[in-house]
Amino acid sequence: MSDFAASTDPTSLTKQSNFSRIALRWLLYVLLGVFALYYLMPLFVMVTTSLKSLEEIRTGSLVSLPREITFDAWATAWSGACTGIQCEGLKPFFWNSIQLAVPAVILSTLFGALNGYVIAQWQFRGANLIFSLMLFGCFIPFQVVLLPMARVLGIMGLAGTIPGLIFVHVIYGIGFTTLFFRNYYVTVPHELVKAAKVDGAGFFRTFWSIFMPLSLPIIVVTVIWQFTQIWNDFLFGVSFSQAGTQPVTVALNNIVNSTTGVKEYNVDMAAAIIAALPTLFVYVVAGKYFIRGLTAGSVKG
Amino acid sequence: MSEWLERHVPKMVLAPSFIAILLFVYGFIVWTGWVSLTRSRLLPKYDIVGFIQYDRLFDSPRWDTAMNNLFIFGALFIVISMALGLLLAILLDQKVRTEGVLRTIYLYPMALSLIVTGTAWKWILNPGLGIESVIRGWGFESFRFDWLVNPDFAIYTVVIAGVWQASGFVMALFLAGLRSVDEEIIKAAQVDGIPTVRIYSAIIIPSMAPIFLSAFIVLAHLAIKSFDLVIALTGGGPGYATDLPATYMYALAFSRGDIGQAASSAMVMMMVVFAIVVPYLYSELRAKNV
Repeated sequence: MSDFAASTDPTSLTKQSNFSRIALRWLLYVLLGVFALYYLMPLFVMVTTSLKSLEEIRTGSLVSLPREITFDAWATAWSGACTGIQCEGLKPFFWNSIQLAVPAVILSTLFGALNGYVIAQWQFRGANLIFSLMLFGCFIPFQVVLLPMARVLGIMGLAGTIPGLIFVHVIYGIGFTTLFFRNYYVTVPHELVKAAKVDGAGFFRTFWSIFMPLSLPIIVVTVIWQFTQIWNDFLFGVSFSQAGTQPVTVALNNIVNSTTGVKEYNVDMAAAIIAALPTLFVYVVAGKYFIRGLTAGSVKG
Repeated sequence: MSEWLERHVPKMVLAPSFIAILLFVYGFIVWTGWVSLTRSRLLPKYDIVGFIQYDRLFDSPRWDTAMNNLFIFGALFIVISMALGLLLAILLDQKVRTEGVLRTIYLYPMALSLIVTGTAWKWILNPGLGIESVIRGWGFESFRFDWLVNPDFAIYTVVIAGVWQASGFVMALFLAGLRSVDEEIIKAAQVDGIPTVRIYSAIIIPSMAPIFLSAFIVLAHLAIKSFDLVIALTGGGPGYATDLPATYMYALAFSRGDIGQAASSAMVMMMVVFAIVVPYLYSELRAKNV
């Protein structure tokens, strides 16, 4: 009915502009669609390649769907692919990454929460200077600490171990986690701490019963940020681990860039997807918090 | 006693982190800076001899390539990511019904490890079986796309993969910026019959200057630290063609056992980062304290 009303519009001018508006609208959606395809294409190629046989990869096309779906490449990537001399697939390294990421995320978040609470609510002389020093520390290129850290880990007896990697990730994660919590707690009125003090609540009591219950959103943001950073890390992983303690990203790179034997592209792609699954899952489930962490880490600097 | 304790608890809670940062960030920078002034090779030595490591560094053709690559990669990566991010943000800002889904699609690469991104693009850009063969299959038999193995063009494949990963993030930054522009001003401009293009170019985009700055800082920072992507995509090759300062530093530290060179290259990287980041952070912190 409304179509009819539109077509009997008295002036041809509005008809014209109506037409061009619809055309523009179409153009907009086509453009957005093309960009969506551009971002999705590598994922599509990864998934389809991982489901093809090596024979089909050689004879078929990169962008075609698999003629016959096979999960062999996934099985190999998980438990048979060679990462150097070892041929146990990604499984042990995936487990390493979990053992590494879980404590490192928990510890760095905990430190960040306490530091942020102190800096935002218990202002003392020098607190701002300390905060600035921590903030600058977030931005150093880690190359500048690799050599001394390798020596210090050696002295501490943690060289090439997972606890050593946890230590490194906690140290260099504290800057960001402190930033997140500080910026969150700074919006809480100081009267709250004063009132708690009057009621006889001390430092930790106030933190635990007043600030913690308020903190769920920022905890989620921080945990997601830290988890993504640590899971995806490669530089620390490759510098401070040894055969057997490598995180999943290092193992993936070893599988893909190993020069021995036939190049199994389907296994490479399956391995890449396996390594990406945990962070992709977090992104899909809690994308809102992921984006908040990204923008908080960069804009609110 | 307990009052004293109560008064000093906040400092004591902050102290471990502060000491750790002092030691493991600033102390380590001093250590690396010191070693970069010595003749250290496989093991660090501590007698300062001057700037010989920096002389060696600047004389090295490989470092030269790495710095050139950083410049090419950094410039293209930043410009293209910003342009693409801005375009996507403006397109998405037109009251698009499927915005949520599209935003999720544009941004997901940011959740991936650069090793995963590198692996995927290495396969797509594979000269024998990747895009090249797809387009040949469509009938363009003479089509060539061998950038990945061509020393003159390999660095551009790093740009392609890097932009794919980071542009969605720039889009998210810009979109947040577009949304924070005062609606009233835009409405007033629309009432006055100012065309949409003018509204964007003369009102909205200029008011987003701070966001351009932070996008630039983040991207520059990402570019200088880029390590994983090159390792996974090209391994620095062919030859040294796609070396970046980060891969140079790593190679000299851990495979060549030349600690002096590694330290001096790390110091140069840090100075480049600080030249960009320090003025920015300084102004941000000042603005906050006023």
